[in-house]
Amino acid sequence: MVEVPEHLRKRAEEARAKAEAAKAAAPGGDAAASDEPETTEAQAATTPDSGDAASKIPAHLLERSRAAKAAAAGQADAPAAAAPAAAPAAAAAASAATGPGGHTQRLLTVVKSGSIQDVKSMPQDKVHVWPHLLVVEFAAALFITAFSTIFSIFVNAPLLELANFNETPNPSKAPWYFLGLQELLTMFHPMVAGVTIPGIGIFLLILAPYIDKNPSNKPEDRKFAISLMTIHLMFWAVLVMIGSFFRGPGFNFVFPWEAGLFFEL
Amino acid sequence: MAIDTDDDIKPPLKERLSAQMSKLGNDIQGSQAWSSIFRPGSIFRKGYTDSPRNRSYVIMNSVMYHLHPVKVKRHAVKVSYTLCLGGLTFFLFILLTITGIFLMFFYRPTAAAAWDDIYTLQTSVTFGLLVRNMHRWAAHLMVLTVFLHMARVFYHGAYKPPREFNWVIGVILLTLTLLLSFTGYLLPWDQLALWAVTVGTNMMGYTPVFGDQVRFVLLGGFDIGTDTLLRWYVLHVLMLPFVAVIFMAIHFWRVRKDGGISGPL
Repeated sequence: MVEVPEHLRKRAEEARAKAEAAKAAAPGGDAAASDEPETTEAQAATTPDSGDAASKIPAHLLERSRAAKAAAAGQADAPAAAAPAAAPAAAAAASAATGPGGHTQRLLTVVKSGSIQDVKSMPQDKVHVWPHLLVVEFAAALFITAFSTIFSIFVNAPLLELANFNETPNPSKAPWYFLGLQELLTMFHPMVAGVTIPGIGIFLLILAPYIDKNPSNKPEDRKFAISLMTIHLMFWAVLVMIGSFFRGPGFNFVFPWEAGLFFEL
Repeated sequence: MAIDTDDDIKPPLKERLSAQMSKLGNDIQGSQAWSSIFRPGSIFRKGYTDSPRNRSYVIMNSVMYHLHPVKVKRHAVKVSYTLCLGGLTFFLFILLTITGIFLMFFYRPTAAAAWDDIYTLQTSVTFGLLVRNMHRWAAHLMVLTVFLHMARVFYHGAYKPPREFNWVIGVILLTLTLLLSFTGYLLPWDQLALWAVTVGTNMMGYTPVFGDQVRFVLLGGFDIGTDTLLRWYVLHVLMLPFVAVIFMAIHFWRVRKDGGISGPL
């Protein structure tokens, strides 16, 4: 069951009530108005007596139609000399086109939509982007702006002394997101640690959707893929943490609570 | 003429003022200039009502239509599904562009001037320290949100058909983000910048076969120097953002072409 927000439900109810009131107030009104110009004299004669439907036609409309008919009759008499055949011919055609009971159309057959149209997508439960999505995005934007501003007020970005080629800091560390690679450098040849492993890693990451042929996105069907990715992410997270916090002078292993932090952002 | 005040039945000044003000507001909202700026559906347009039709127009008649459809699946607006990570990344990119433009006014990319410019920015420019802090922290935050966004997409299986190619673009954007952050790392020209970049570029120099050439191109010479600074500055403020914006446009466009964000699990 879909949750309908309270204000929307109320609005829908009001609209429904209004529509029903309108329907009760003016049934057949439209029909009378649209029929008006076409009614032949014979039909017009029967209209006032034809029971329920006629009684619901508002009085002013009936009056207008009667006046129009009177005018038309007068006109038909006046130009009769000029075009004597025109008016009767039109009346005859109109009466011939209507079927029994005054119907102007009939139902030939009912074609169900599925038999002709190929319905590829089912209707989905959707909401308007405005306001439902834009409000969330705006709140997120405000949050991240506020967070960076407040954080920046209290914590200053590091600016060490001027770059000096003759003084190598100990330890020298890469930016934190490359510290996993620098950590690998302690275990492998630089070509393997700095190029081969990250290269293969990114390549495999790009190929992930083409390797993983499993069409399901349900976690219970994807245990292997999820395990593999989690191991992969944890591998880098642990390497970055070791490189960031557990490496001291000479990039030797230290405990931060003993030797202190050797880490700048 | 002199006695005009006592039995004058003008309403009090406050009411007359507010009537004038509302008339003025009405005139402005009714003017052609106003309605040419705020298209139908704009919440600032005269006679805006919260109707489904106007909710659609808000998107259709604004630049937002390039980013969002009129309606999205109901589950797509759940913050608990996306955690807004992609949107936050994009917003951080905008924040970084704005703060970065500010920083460009006060910075010269030469070995002789860079550090002094940053120092002067921090000490003598109004809000200079705050804006530099924001740029730095937002950059680290963006690397983090890109990583988390990637993990989120993987765990939801959102890289599966028809979204394979958008995943590829996403991985490219991830590497572009890392490169953007890394090129910016050198610009303060302090000890942290110099030696972090030394570690990083030494690693890239181990690229098989043409490692020396890669290093030469990156450094603009055999060693890090003022040429490197200029080169990385142009990469950081112009080339990489340009490439990233193109890939972002394709990324967002593909999200919509592939049927919005992936379905619920």
